[in-house]
Amino acid sequence: MAILVTPQTRILVQGITGSFGARHAQLSLDYGTQVVAGVTPGKGGQFFEHGSHKVPIFDTVEEAAKQTGATVSVVFVPPPFAADAILECNDAGLDLVVAITEGIPVFDMVRVKEKIRNSRTRLIGPNCPGLVTPGTGEKSHGGCRIGIAPGYIHKKGNVGVVSRSGTLTYEAVWQLTSRGFGQSTCVGIGGDPVNGTSHLDVLKMFNEDPETEAIIMIGEIGGSAEEEAANWAGEHCKKPIAGFIAGTTAPPGRRMGHAGAIVSGGQGTAEGKIAAMKAAGIAVAETPSVMAETLLRHWGKL
Amino acid sequence: MNIHEYQARELFEKFGVATSKGHVASTPEEAEKAAAAIGGSNLVVKAQIHAGGRGKGTFTNGFQGGVKLVHTPTEARDIASKMLGHALVTKQTGPEGRVVNKVFIAEAVDISRELYIAILVDRATSAPMIIASTEGGMDIETVAEHTPEKIFHVSVDPLLGLQPFQTRKIAANLGLRGPLMTQASKLFTALYRTFIESDCSMVEINPLVVTPDGRLLALDAKFNFDDNALYRQPAIVAMRDKEEEDPREVAASEFNLNYIGLDGNIACLVNGAGLAMATMDIVQFAGGKPANFLDVGGGATKDQVCAAFKIILSDKNVEGILVNIFGGIMDCNVIANGIVEAAREVGLKLPLVVRLEGNNVEAGKKTLSESGLTIISASTLADAAQKIVAAVKAA
Repeated sequence: MAILVTPQTRILVQGITGSFGARHAQLSLDYGTQVVAGVTPGKGGQFFEHGSHKVPIFDTVEEAAKQTGATVSVVFVPPPFAADAILECNDAGLDLVVAITEGIPVFDMVRVKEKIRNSRTRLIGPNCPGLVTPGTGEKSHGGCRIGIAPGYIHKKGNVGVVSRSGTLTYEAVWQLTSRGFGQSTCVGIGGDPVNGTSHLDVLKMFNEDPETEAIIMIGEIGGSAEEEAANWAGEHCKKPIAGFIAGTTAPPGRRMGHAGAIVSGGQGTAEGKIAAMKAAGIAVAETPSVMAETLLRHWGKL
Repeated sequence: MNIHEYQARELFEKFGVATSKGHVASTPEEAEKAAAAIGGSNLVVKAQIHAGGRGKGTFTNGFQGGVKLVHTPTEARDIASKMLGHALVTKQTGPEGRVVNKVFIAEAVDISRELYIAILVDRATSAPMIIASTEGGMDIETVAEHTPEKIFHVSVDPLLGLQPFQTRKIAANLGLRGPLMTQASKLFTALYRTFIESDCSMVEINPLVVTPDGRLLALDAKFNFDDNALYRQPAIVAMRDKEEEDPREVAASEFNLNYIGLDGNIACLVNGAGLAMATMDIVQFAGGKPANFLDVGGGATKDQVCAAFKIILSDKNVEGILVNIFGGIMDCNVIANGIVEAAREVGLKLPLVVRLEGNNVEAGKKTLSESGLTIISASTLADAAQKIVAAVKAA
């Protein structure tokens, strides 16, 4: 089953004619993902062509969704227009919008989040690598790749991965795949302080998903989302979880690349998050080199 | 991005947040004129640098204190001449101090009560949050630790904005009643507008004071701005003072690199913020000390790697470099070529450990080993960290 998306999910791409969006739309098509529409205002009626693929481009999300049956959008539009792009998906009644864009003003996200709260549209990101539900083909081909993650590092399987960081997710996935363990779905929730979907939201989905048997949760300094997820998991999660928190050596008061990665006023430290995870029975990897190993040990596979 | 105290005052004046009277000056003569314009016999001259601890700081010319009380315009001029053009050393500046290019002259107001108010974006609720306290003039973290009951919070609906009843609620909690309540409502409304319209991530007034003659004034303020929103805040960007920033961080930002200097000896060059943090952590775990955080982003072009090497090498504490790239989409061989060219161009002499993983990694490793450079190749993150720590110890 996986969570959020399956290989059958139909995707539209907002910003498909920009270089970044085009490149990743091509990679998703190569991976076998159902990219069925593009949206670029003013370019409706044109086509996005790649190999044998001919993806229609629409002026609005509503038209794209109605005419192609797309239920999920991935947003590659530049920061000044990204909040509007997300709201457009909400207006069109999509199930899911995945915002890859990095650098959206925090007030834009605060308003978007308030607006889409309690609506049918779920937001993942922004400033995230997206999500992958691996397929069954060679190098996990035939899966659903939304965003910018490398598809080939995945393998179909039973580990759910959730993370705030892109490259750390790839690191964990690659460690799993190299050891012969596949993934149900890998979700990058993004490195911004205000995002659409939290660690906790994803843990709950993994807990309910029959295909997911074990979970890797990767966090970093800043905020209290990891503590919140860990506290819930300690009470309710039926599946083994391994965790890793980046930023033990980060100086307080400095933003470490991600807009959300900052220790302020003694809050959001790696130590606090690691302690909360351990208290919840989560196996914490001492270094990022042993994320998969830590899970496999905890899961009884090593 | 941070701004100077006088710039914070300018923002307050623009949005109508009541403050004490004050003017900025770049020369002793301007300081004298400013003091005369403000009038009165109780004035304060304040050195304008970003670092804290100014009052207890010492100038490199021997003059004591970056915040001084004066009584006449002539005295203001004399004090300003001792501050301007000289470096002020405080507990936050390091031994070289910061050169003072401007002083701020303000009326020294009498104070009957000191309060605290701040607005920030609360991550747990994803909404603006107002934090207020009756304990102004001290560090809010200290208040939170010892007397948390003296701090209260008001959450603001981001679509509605701050409502008048909320400003009265805060005023009542701060004991601001009668005519002070009206002043408080006006000040809080103006402060919220400042916060939203300037795209702040935080604004803090500490202290917010009540004077014996019944005025409510913002005496000192701290601003943090949302870097993501600077593209639509040209007036705020114009306030940036690059001389107050680490020159390496300024250079890095020009190449779209994310660099933060630390005090260790092992430099890190990594793609992705999370992996960059984790690389610093594993260097420490292996017994080393990271010299920096450096995220070259998803691309990692030759030009970026080259610029990154130069920035890293401008830190004299650096004794070795660890490059950790997970080439997900990018071809590792392209990255390897970039590293080799960059190392040649800067004439790299320090130990260099490279850990490449991902797309076309075998070709990348071959490029590194055949480059003729003494590049130590590593297979895993842990292996890389151990190798650079060992190489630096051996050197």
